[in-house]
Amino acid sequence: MPGIEDLYREIILDHYRTPRNRGELPPPAVCTEGNNPLCGDDIRIYLDVADGVVRDVKFSGQGCSISQSSTSMMTVAVKGKTIEEVRAFVRRFKHMMTLSEDGEPVDQSIKLGDIEALQGVVKFPVRIKCATLGWNTLLEGLDEATK
Amino acid sequence: MTGANSVLDAAAIRREFPILTSEINGKPVVYLDSANTSQKPNVVIDAMTTFMRESYAPINRSAYTLAASATEKYEGARAAVAKFINANSTNEIVFTKNATEALNLVAYSWGRANLQRGDVVVLTHMEHHANIVPWQMLQQERGIELRWVPLTSDFQLDLSSLPTLLAGAKVFSFTAMSNVLGTINPVEKLCAAAHAAGALAIVDACQSVPHSPTDVRALGADFAMFSSHKMCGPSGVGVLWGREALLEAMPPFLGGGNMISEVRLDGFKCAELPAKFEAGTPPITEVVGLGAAIEFLNGVGMANIRQHEIAMSSYALEMLTSRFGDDITIHGPRNPELRGATFSFAFRGIHPHDLSQVLDQSNVCVRAGHHCAKPLMKIIGANATARASFYLYNTTQDADALADALDSASDIF
Repeated sequence: MPGIEDLYREIILDHYRTPRNRGELPPPAVCTEGNNPLCGDDIRIYLDVADGVVRDVKFSGQGCSISQSSTSMMTVAVKGKTIEEVRAFVRRFKHMMTLSEDGEPVDQSIKLGDIEALQGVVKFPVRIKCATLGWNTLLEGLDEATK
Repeated sequence: MTGANSVLDAAAIRREFPILTSEINGKPVVYLDSANTSQKPNVVIDAMTTFMRESYAPINRSAYTLAASATEKYEGARAAVAKFINANSTNEIVFTKNATEALNLVAYSWGRANLQRGDVVVLTHMEHHANIVPWQMLQQERGIELRWVPLTSDFQLDLSSLPTLLAGAKVFSFTAMSNVLGTINPVEKLCAAAHAAGALAIVDACQSVPHSPTDVRALGADFAMFSSHKMCGPSGVGVLWGREALLEAMPPFLGGGNMISEVRLDGFKCAELPAKFEAGTPPITEVVGLGAAIEFLNGVGMANIRQHEIAMSSYALEMLTSRFGDDITIHGPRNPELRGATFSFAFRGIHPHDLSQVLDQSNVCVRAGHHCAKPLMKIIGANATARASFYLYNTTQDADALADALDSASDIF
């Protein structure tokens, strides 16, 4: 059995206790909602996109330490990036979480930084959905914002 | 030691369950998820493997000795189920995939034949999704009206407005025991109220049949359903009990083999009950396993199981409260006589998913989530809870192991 310390790394607990970019953005920011039907968690991502760049991002909702900290770290990482950079970053993250889509190139040179702490989640397969909830919701937001 | 007031030797019973005597990483398994699904005793496992090794054959179809013997065992299990819940006849016992399918069968077959736009179905705020969504599907299709019996502050059904809610209703469908709160509902009284209003009484007995004596005739219900896998039997089979006249008058549910008496190019005739509602090859081995589970439960005694669980509830409530005080919130009645041994709780603000993950380090198995009762979760103001549920094989040591593991969760968060 993998050790629990592989899951609850200090940086993860830090983002759980002190989430960054928690809150809401008023319209015209795009809001998308994601649910984890297994555990009832829900998350909303607010995206302010202008000129192809994520100007601001916030999140709200309820969830476990993994979903909350993963989303918190994600918001820090994507703020200020272009939409294409964000999409590549999400692909790199999902690849780390063993969820690569077939045929989509993954740029291994992208540095995930603190987010690498979430790699331990892979050892607890039922929690991968928790770690990726915010990220999938972000992708829906990007689709919405670039429609 | 199984609790001072218990009438069962739960420690001895536990030894009959291979998984409960196994270890993971050198530590015993503390299984507290029986409201979800129960573990299986040797007698059930053996009955199923022996049947597959020695007696397996199709049922109701062939003349050869093996097939006749398999049919006899399958029908023997039906007779055991009928006796177990005091049904009038084996014609009233329909094997389904699970209780969910049984509820869908009633909503689909009886519902579509009898409910029209504007007809009222009354449910409660403590229902499992299986007793909500099939009716919502009818609502979408037919435009029926759904009404809801609310809860009191002490997690009982608020019956003060029941006569008003039931006025003009065609159906009152409710759980005998909440799978989240542990609340045991006054089923006889609710059935009588339904009938007084001219409504059908449907009892989701999933959480009650495995844990206490059941007499469907005394309850006065019209339909009741439960699942084998929650009562020491295998998954894959459930039971629909219904009053024979109602089942007789209903159109069939699934069409196919076994459920017909005649098929021509221009139509078909249904088989007699209960085959009418058992299309296709049923879970034969699983039904035999359910029969063995019922024999096992009868051997222990359902009244003894209920007494044991009252004792477990008393112990767990008292111990958890004295050990953790306000750090633990138990969403359910405090009186052990009014509840089953299923406890949903919040602990020190730790998310239930994280809690169950940490408890798993001590092999303490609890469910975390919405327990397929999202409307209820919203009403009690929780997105998710952790849930520990006890059965005949759980001891006070299991409750203590839960408390010890909860302590270790605090260390991390």
